[in-house]
Amino acid sequence: MYPSRFRYEAPRSLDEAISLMHNGGDYVKVLAGGQSLVPLMKLRFASPELIVDINNVPGLAYHRTDPDGSLHIGALCRHADLERSDLLKTTQPTMASAAPVIADPIVRNRGTLVGSLCHADPQGDWASVVLALGGAVLARGPRGTRAIPLADFVTGPFQNVLDPDEIVVEAVIPAARGIRSGGYLKLERRVGDFATVGVAVAVETIGENVTRAGIALTGVGGSTIGATAAADALVGRPLTAQSIGQAADLAAEVARPRTDHRGSAEYKRHMVRTFVQRILSRAEAAQERAA
Amino acid sequence: MTIVYEDHDDEAATDIPVRRIKFRINGKKMGAEVEPRLLLAHLIRRGLGLTGTHMGCDTTNCGACTVLVDGRAVKSCTMLAVQADGHEISTVEGLATASELHPLQEGFKEEHGLQCGFCTPGMMMAAKALLEENPDPTEEDVRWALSGNLCRCTGYQNIVKSVLWAAEKLRS
Repeated sequence: MYPSRFRYEAPRSLDEAISLMHNGGDYVKVLAGGQSLVPLMKLRFASPELIVDINNVPGLAYHRTDPDGSLHIGALCRHADLERSDLLKTTQPTMASAAPVIADPIVRNRGTLVGSLCHADPQGDWASVVLALGGAVLARGPRGTRAIPLADFVTGPFQNVLDPDEIVVEAVIPAARGIRSGGYLKLERRVGDFATVGVAVAVETIGENVTRAGIALTGVGGSTIGATAAADALVGRPLTAQSIGQAADLAAEVARPRTDHRGSAEYKRHMVRTFVQRILSRAEAAQERAA
Repeated sequence: MTIVYEDHDDEAATDIPVRRIKFRINGKKMGAEVEPRLLLAHLIRRGLGLTGTHMGCDTTNCGACTVLVDGRAVKSCTMLAVQADGHEISTVEGLATASELHPLQEGFKEEHGLQCGFCTPGMMMAAKALLEENPDPTEEDVRWALSGNLCRCTGYQNIVKSVLWAAEKLRS
């Protein structure tokens, strides 16, 4: 299968890329890892007039922690870089558990976290993880740079709030105020399939008490779902069987799964409950061991 | 390099965008003129005549088209040929030397790691990337590294054995 015909530019700086986006006509797409965009173009679901390939732009492949403790993931940081990252393993339990279950190992060599966020597939894993962590994206365009919280960034299936001439240069995870725990669990029929259900949980605790919590759901609605009521139920008290059960029930309530070839709506809702329970129970057990 | 294709479009020939690229394939320096929409897999198979790289699903699932780009395994049906500009590509044809098979090829022979053989080049290239990163993989490591490659014949058992066989040979 071939994509339909397009013009191709491979700029060597962000400014050049943005200028190409700005002057590039009606339908311009940024190409980073291409692991979602190229298949869409081959299937002719997307037929951009101009592709701006940012792979030759230097200085975008990083992920690093700033002095203020926030984590920054550049637009060309591949899933595989995150999967192998000691920084994530030691400081970002939710991200570290998600990185190895994105797509398959070969796709992870090329695909990017930022690209996944921009693609805004309701079954994309990273959007849930970044949403649960209260993260944002940094978009740059001809009018300057703006930070967009992920909660406001994705507006629906395959839709985001970017202007046509804006490029997301990095994703930002805010600094933890307490000790981080949590995880990402994904139910998939086989490696590389989309999530039947995915659940991201990110919790911060100071002493015994949860000071911040985020829960987000993959594949059980028209877009990534932030389970804010479920997360709020955890805050201000220690993790207990009771608070965990309550959060799991509330998360299952906001899921909007549909019955399809991957499973019934009822089954998927049940899995949301089970995954929230499982991630939080592990976090609780780890805290008890540490205490 | 010339790629001849059936023409289903209305554009004038002068409106077709073409880019000139330079790259290395299996160590050899090459240049090509490609339309941006040409996939790397098509450049390799049709442009270079290296038909060891197979096209299976054409949808980024099966991994039969796996090649190495700068040493990293990539599904060549999901990368544009223009993106190979300045990069080093390795295909299954680059494994054997004139006189001997690569230990991976020997391993697949010794352990009967293939039946129809369609997925084999992709399996070998994914395995090559694994063994370069981790020369002493466990069975679990091999299964993990090959989880983006599908085989419809073997049930994977002998493929995994073949890669472990090759790993041992390469270490000794």
